[in-house]
Amino acid sequence: MLAWTVYSSFIGAAVVALMPSKSIRAVRATALLTATIGLLLAFAGIVQHTPGQLATITKLNWIPQLGISFHFAADGISLTLVLLTGIAAVCGILFSWNIEHRVKEFFAFYLALIGGVYGVFISFDLFLLFVFYEIAIVPKYFLIAIWGSTRREYGAMKLALYSFIGSAMVLVGIISAYVVAGGKTFDLIELAQFPFPEAFQFWAFPLVFIGFAILAGLWPFHTWAPTGHVAAPTAASMLLAGVVMKLGAYGALRVAMTLFPLGLAAWRDVIALLAVIGIVYGATVALVQRDFKFVIGYSSVSHMGFVLLGLMTLSQIGLSGAVLQMFSHGIIAGLLFGVVGRMVYERAHTRELALLQGMNLSKAIPFAAVTFIIGGVASMGLPGFSGFIAELQVLIGAWQTFPGFAILAGVGILIGVAYTLRAIIKGFFSENEIVSTAHSEPLAPISMPERLGAAILIVTTLVVGIYPRLLLDIISPSWNSELMQHLVKGGAQ
Amino acid sequence: MNFDYAQLFSAAIPETVVVITAFLALLVDFIFLRNLPARTRTSLLATVTAVGCLSAIAWMGVSHSTYRLDDAIFVVNPMTQLVKQIILALTIFTAFISVQTNFTRHLGEYFILLLLASAGMMFLVSAENILAIFLALELLSLSLYVLTAFNKQSVFSAEAALKYFLFGGMSAAFTLFGLSLIYGVTGEMNLTAIAAKLAGKTTDPLFYVALVMTVIGFGFKVAAAPFHMWAPDAYQGSPTPVTSFIAAGSKVASFFILAKILFTGFAGAEGDAGWHHYISGWTPVLAILAALSVIIGNLAAISQKSVKRLLAYSAIAHGGYALLGILTADQKGFASLIYYVTTYALTVIGAFGVVAVVENYGGDKLSDFAGLSRRAPILSACMMVFMLSLAGIPPLAGFFGKFYVFTSAIQLGAKSLGLLWLVILAIAMSAVSLYYYLQVLKQIYVVDASDKTTVSVALPTQFVIVALAIAVVVLGCVPNLLVGKILAALSLG
Repeated sequence: MLAWTVYSSFIGAAVVALMPSKSIRAVRATALLTATIGLLLAFAGIVQHTPGQLATITKLNWIPQLGISFHFAADGISLTLVLLTGIAAVCGILFSWNIEHRVKEFFAFYLALIGGVYGVFISFDLFLLFVFYEIAIVPKYFLIAIWGSTRREYGAMKLALYSFIGSAMVLVGIISAYVVAGGKTFDLIELAQFPFPEAFQFWAFPLVFIGFAILAGLWPFHTWAPTGHVAAPTAASMLLAGVVMKLGAYGALRVAMTLFPLGLAAWRDVIALLAVIGIVYGATVALVQRDFKFVIGYSSVSHMGFVLLGLMTLSQIGLSGAVLQMFSHGIIAGLLFGVVGRMVYERAHTRELALLQGMNLSKAIPFAAVTFIIGGVASMGLPGFSGFIAELQVLIGAWQTFPGFAILAGVGILIGVAYTLRAIIKGFFSENEIVSTAHSEPLAPISMPERLGAAILIVTTLVVGIYPRLLLDIISPSWNSELMQHLVKGGAQ
Repeated sequence: MNFDYAQLFSAAIPETVVVITAFLALLVDFIFLRNLPARTRTSLLATVTAVGCLSAIAWMGVSHSTYRLDDAIFVVNPMTQLVKQIILALTIFTAFISVQTNFTRHLGEYFILLLLASAGMMFLVSAENILAIFLALELLSLSLYVLTAFNKQSVFSAEAALKYFLFGGMSAAFTLFGLSLIYGVTGEMNLTAIAAKLAGKTTDPLFYVALVMTVIGFGFKVAAAPFHMWAPDAYQGSPTPVTSFIAAGSKVASFFILAKILFTGFAGAEGDAGWHHYISGWTPVLAILAALSVIIGNLAAISQKSVKRLLAYSAIAHGGYALLGILTADQKGFASLIYYVTTYALTVIGAFGVVAVVENYGGDKLSDFAGLSRRAPILSACMMVFMLSLAGIPPLAGFFGKFYVFTSAIQLGAKSLGLLWLVILAIAMSAVSLYYYLQVLKQIYVVDASDKTTVSVALPTQFVIVALAIAVVVLGCVPNLLVGKILAALSLG
């Protein structure tokens, strides 16, 4: 049934593409309906899921000559991310309710992107996974290039090329792994049982891992992220930060780390180091940005660093923390981008923190201010929100293996508090009341879809923050499955 | 010598049908169509062509005879019939795309040349004798030279034809020199016999001269760098349907015959192009051509302003990828080569079809495509499919083609991954290629049009373009449709 998340998204995209471009309301409704169906299917998938099980959804021979099968399956990790995709998709549509320019095409590309993302999270055949991974590249380009803002064509092209170069690296790795394993199958579960020679793993692991991790914002390959996020329209930056960056982290975990354990052991420290640099660097750079969206763009790099660091701990707690952090950051970054891109930028028509400071937006659009503060404290890692429990687990896991890195990551959290507070103050609160009155034009009130979208995201981060076992109970047992267990064992050594 | 003409005739029925259709087209045009408007005339002649080609295709579909004329001058087996069917299908598509353009009054002559070129390709495919190969090649080439010059109003068409003719003549000289040396070394004309005589003689320096000459000759034919100089000018100057025919049909036939000469005639002289495994033979020579082609083709395409020229350089690059399929020197690689060139041919005819439509409203510059998505939404969607397929984005046919070729190339010497260097180069360059294909799509989808008039497309052309786009999508999603056929034909043949 979970496979229908993929099918329904593509069907929705096709239906939207074939609708007459005048019927804007019908297009929006169809898009929202499609995304909601996806979300409901994701819920249903979680309810039906038996923790610890890797359940096959569909397995068909696709191209038997090459050993390619149409293999959908899901475990707790997949389901968590499918749920995230569902939530982000619905909220992204709510936050782009006001789009008037080429509406039909916007939602067609949007739904195609969502379909690709769902596909990656439930594919267990490397070829199939790669197909969905690349399907997600093209809509991103158009979403940014057509509906984006600052330097949109540059940002879009940069993102597309970075993604494509990453996937080229992955492709080399996948094909070589297939050939080295005897050229019989692309099935992930079957390939994972093949003992790849150490010399091969030594170069194949970094190739595939970094190929994926480019999209996860791994330092120093992160530079697409801030420009891409800033250029993108609100819904696209919510998806970029919310889901697309998770594609990278997920691929790195599911493919590179699962297939090449020896390569992982060899490169683990290096990647952990890059992750920590990413955490501190992203946070530090976010501290000095002038553009509101750049602050969040760099904060994404920093938070994704926690995901990668968590993956490198190779302990149950650290890995679970990493997956939870993917979920949590997806929700929180979506919320922050929603506030900045939709609520603030489309009313104030600027994202310059210096200019926003003069507008005293906390008075003009208090809802946006409150939402951003909630998102901000969630992002800082305040207890009660999902970010806290996720980053805490990563730090505990890291402390056991890389105490030095854990301390540095902790410093990163502190800087995180600083840049978030700076953004809140500069973005919404004016020191000078006189300047604010100069801005006479009243801003449009926050619309219903925006409130709804923000509410969904806030409730999600709160619920997961207060009762994290909702997700951890399905994530943690996943590490005991035959496919993933060597990761945890490797950490115990 | 006991010679059965009835048998020869029944084996050559498809060729006969095509030649008769060619004369019929000329006759019908002279007698009945002179006074009709150009577009109707072209449509009717294209229909005649289609009927002739379809009956030849159908005949090859039902009759499964195999035939081998003395000394392999004319060979019929399932593989040759499959390739001929593909070539005839490409001819039909080209004929219908011609409806859109209006470059000549001499339509009867145009169609007879088109069909004679197809007949040349069919004889080429069936030839396994160096003399027959050369004759068929000349029939094909001479028809194409004239077709290139067909637009008498355009100086560029004349320039293109002259350039194509001079380079083609030179390449014919190289080919003939190479083939005559081979005859000198072996005293045989038939490829199988040549291979048998060459066994053990591959250290003969004269043989290497012959080998290099032959490869150079065909290098010109398939426009592999560094013998590609004629291609951009010929592609740009020719009437667009002719360009698509050169890029599609002629390429399929040339690659097929090149593979056949090397696989059958030079069997045993493969050598090895692997990293650190160099053994002299024909694979190292081709490896160099392939590497140069993907580099030069892709890098030069980046800076092009004319879409036809851009597609010409992209054709050079795609020639490089196809050469990878030949490099494998085995049946598997051969299957991947046929799949690759066929899907490439379908895609490129479609792309040139769109160019032919746009040309009617200005030219073939990138800027002439600006805002096409609002002037011709269906055509633009098809162009998106073609461009993304050329870039190798799944789930389109171009992606699976590349994937298949790369997989077979790496499989060569599985343990050492000998050709990995070339595959990495090809994949990296394919990442580069996304940039210029996106430039075309950017004009179509992102940039606003200066000219807002709706583009009108001749119905047959529109139909063919849409059919090609659907074929590209379907062959990408279900590659088995074609791969299965190719492999079946190979095991039978």
